[in-house]
Amino acid sequence: MSGDTLIRFNRVTKRFGEGPPALDAISADVTAGRITGLVGPDGAGKTTFIRLVTGLMVPDEGGVSVLGHDTATDAASIFPGIGYMPQRFGLYEDLSVQENLNLYAELRGLPAGERPAVFDRLLRFTDLQRFTGRLAGRLSGGMKQKLGLACALMRTPPLLLLDEPSVGVDPISRRELWAMVKELTGGGMGVVWSTAYLDEAQRCDSVLLLNQGRLLFDGDPRSLMKRAEGRVFQVRGLDWKRRAVLARMLAQPDVIDGVIQGRHVRVVYKERVDGAENPPVLPPLPEEVGTQAHLAPVPPRFEDAFMDILGGGPGGRSALAERIAPVEQSAGGEPVIEARGLTKRFGDFTAARDITFSIPRGEIFGLLGPNGAGKSTTFKMLCGLLAPTEGAGRVAGFDLRRAAAQARQRLGYMAQKFSLYGDLSARQNLDFFSGVYGLGRRRRREQVELMIRTFDFGRLSDTAAKDLPLGFKQRLALACAIMHEPEALFLDEPTSGVDPITRREFWTHINGLVEKGVTVLVTTHFMDEAEYCDRIALIYRGRTIATGSPDELKERVQRPDLPDPTLEDAFIALVEESDLSEQEVA
Amino acid sequence: MTDLVAKHEAGDLSQVRTSAGGRIRALIVKEGLQIVRDPSSIMIAFVLPVILLFLFGYGVSLDANRVKVGLVMQDTSPVARSLASAFIHSPFFDARVDHALAPFEADLVASRIRGIVVIPPDFAERYQAGDDTAPIQVIADGSQPNTASFVQNYAQGVWSTWLRQQAVQMGRSAEGGGLVLEARFWFNPELTSRNFLVPGSVAIIMTMIGTLLTALVIAREWERGTMEAMMATPVSVGELLVGKIVPYFLLGLAAMALCTGVAVLLFGVPFRGSMLALLAISAAFLCPALGQGLLISAVAKNQFVASQIALFTGFLPAMLLSGFIFEIGSMPTVIRWITVIVPARYFVSSLQTVFLAGDIWSLLLPSIAVMLAIGAGFFLLAARNTRKRID
Repeated sequence: MSGDTLIRFNRVTKRFGEGPPALDAISADVTAGRITGLVGPDGAGKTTFIRLVTGLMVPDEGGVSVLGHDTATDAASIFPGIGYMPQRFGLYEDLSVQENLNLYAELRGLPAGERPAVFDRLLRFTDLQRFTGRLAGRLSGGMKQKLGLACALMRTPPLLLLDEPSVGVDPISRRELWAMVKELTGGGMGVVWSTAYLDEAQRCDSVLLLNQGRLLFDGDPRSLMKRAEGRVFQVRGLDWKRRAVLARMLAQPDVIDGVIQGRHVRVVYKERVDGAENPPVLPPLPEEVGTQAHLAPVPPRFEDAFMDILGGGPGGRSALAERIAPVEQSAGGEPVIEARGLTKRFGDFTAARDITFSIPRGEIFGLLGPNGAGKSTTFKMLCGLLAPTEGAGRVAGFDLRRAAAQARQRLGYMAQKFSLYGDLSARQNLDFFSGVYGLGRRRRREQVELMIRTFDFGRLSDTAAKDLPLGFKQRLALACAIMHEPEALFLDEPTSGVDPITRREFWTHINGLVEKGVTVLVTTHFMDEAEYCDRIALIYRGRTIATGSPDELKERVQRPDLPDPTLEDAFIALVEESDLSEQEVA
Repeated sequence: MTDLVAKHEAGDLSQVRTSAGGRIRALIVKEGLQIVRDPSSIMIAFVLPVILLFLFGYGVSLDANRVKVGLVMQDTSPVARSLASAFIHSPFFDARVDHALAPFEADLVASRIRGIVVIPPDFAERYQAGDDTAPIQVIADGSQPNTASFVQNYAQGVWSTWLRQQAVQMGRSAEGGGLVLEARFWFNPELTSRNFLVPGSVAIIMTMIGTLLTALVIAREWERGTMEAMMATPVSVGELLVGKIVPYFLLGLAAMALCTGVAVLLFGVPFRGSMLALLAISAAFLCPALGQGLLISAVAKNQFVASQIALFTGFLPAMLLSGFIFEIGSMPTVIRWITVIVPARYFVSSLQTVFLAGDIWSLLLPSIAVMLAIGAGFFLLAARNTRKRID
């Protein structure tokens, strides 16, 4: 029955309070038998879209029709026909897997006689048979999502709504979840899968691309990617200075977008108006780059096309890096951040075990791993927020156990989800943080003014932080972390869920700072972010299972059937390898 | 499952095969499991009431027993010593004796004692001169007027009792055979404040469970997203509300039984009414309490706001305006009018009736009717304000 229209949005607008609408005059259809990706960064309107479909919200203007019923007048007829998995885990954590299933079987009116067979099928499908007695709160992120999926599928609804099902899920479970949902569409089910990950969008049968409440694209992701075909290249053969090369490339007038991908630099060229077929040529690069550098055409990704629609990235100059002084070289050659056998136990649970690495000056080092693997624990031990059970950490030459205060004075910390004071204005936040870092009165004024000018706050400097646009929030968070000119910068998931333009701008600043000699430690579960790192430590179940540059990790898992592995492939292969060797030990 | 939409349209999926009763039962079972597994519900329903009862039973007492006073003996004659021993042996005073006033003055300033009784140097002289009004001086700490008046009245009492005893000993008849006032208190003959505080605190506890706990657990469902997931199923608002009311109604009654047990067995509070009457008034009170909790949860979707509203509109009025501690009769008229809509007011007075007086249905029934009416009002508002909507 593929092709049936399940959802129809007719010029739908939804507003929350003042400001631009959350959804702005959206018209779109969702059809049966395929996965429709609802794609966009945080705040694009994805959750609002899904809630409008469930009938739990009604539009301010326009109409939403689901399974042939209008949501505003006939929501009750819609509820039985949809399976809905909200963004937050919507199940009862203090109920067991089986009890949650029982509850939803009853709420969805599954006849008692059919239950054993349905439960059996769902548990087998989600691979949760062994965990029926376990409390849902004790399941891993991936298992929780699978249980949520099982509860949503109780009556095999014709329409399945999944709001960011892959958030907080490790890449392996994410692939499993995808495969399961894919299987369902084979049976005719229509699936809406919302995501901020653009690599997921690429795999969808159809995509609704949202940005700031507007629908940018509706259709087959491949046709979107096609528009960037022939315009995407990698600058290869660089062993050195890839950040400087990126900045140089972005300065080219016909380059609209560029990112670092391991040791290569990926660039997107502007669409040629004259229709000329000649491939672009590499501009002159800094001498240290060497003579091996060349442009190699690569197939476009969804993100390249997205950036193309948005009209290109923010350019490669960091006003910030241009204005701050280079970090003075302290004791020669000594690593700026060092972890030696860091171990943290909470009761009989070991959150981090024997973590060792050292980061030389001017390097970006990434801690990559699924949620709950021990990244944050390691991170917190290194910025002095958590005392290690065993081992030692040093920042800028100061032992965190003995001289935590001095160490903290030399590091800047940017917490996940911008821990700023929402009710204070941008300027007041800057004032406050400069005070916290003990800047003198005059220097404080200078630095605050410098930040406001550098980040172009203008009139927004008196706006409450919570009302700032996302990009400015990100700038403010970064400004607060670096005002005291730290040697080391700690970034906790700095750009997850952020739109690609804001993410590029952020990394342009970070790259600029690194060129000035700042050392960066970043945690992430986000593969794109990991590509910016010089080296990565892969953290899994509290242990470092691999360390190396993104390309080294990719090469380690190269196989004949996987000639060009992505970082995600590498991640999955290395985690599976680790699981396997653990089984052998046991 | 090749033709899911057609199946849906044919009504196969929308047909409600299990009854609303089945869904409600499933919701109640779920809520029950959550209550049992969540230590905080158990805390609020069972541990907190016991702590509160102990607090009101032992800690808070509106009786002024054994008030600390200083006794200054400026006269050491046998008569003066006889009066002093009357003070020392009085159950109302905890008296220390000295010959000078100065040390007690310091103690009074530092609140180590509540008052000073001075037996002046010429006490025996004046007493023996037949001057029955031989003066003793009483100094009380006016910063605590309540206690000060206790000190004054008790001192007066000790003095007159002593005078009568002296008269009997001397063979003199008691003052001219005038009227002797003998006070008798009904229902609570010893005037033990515990006897009315403990039943009153049951009302506070039930307010906590009915209003605070209910508002909190629903706000928690909003916070955790479980409410959103449930809203997108065929369950109706009415079923959701009933699924919350029944478990917390039963929990409230269980807590009430626990409180009654502790009150009667541990504190020896008299229980003169019947279990039936107690059950009736408790059940009636749980209606407005739960209704208020549901209404709060319809407006407040996070636990912090819900708890604030519950404290200000439920807990504090139950504490201050119910006649539990402060007598309604002695409140200003405006406040007295406000207490009319505080359901705890009717519950406190009904509880005190059942515990201390017995099943006086002529008093209980009107209270039950008012509580049910307020409860119905709350339920109506709650049902109207709870919608299957997020915005």
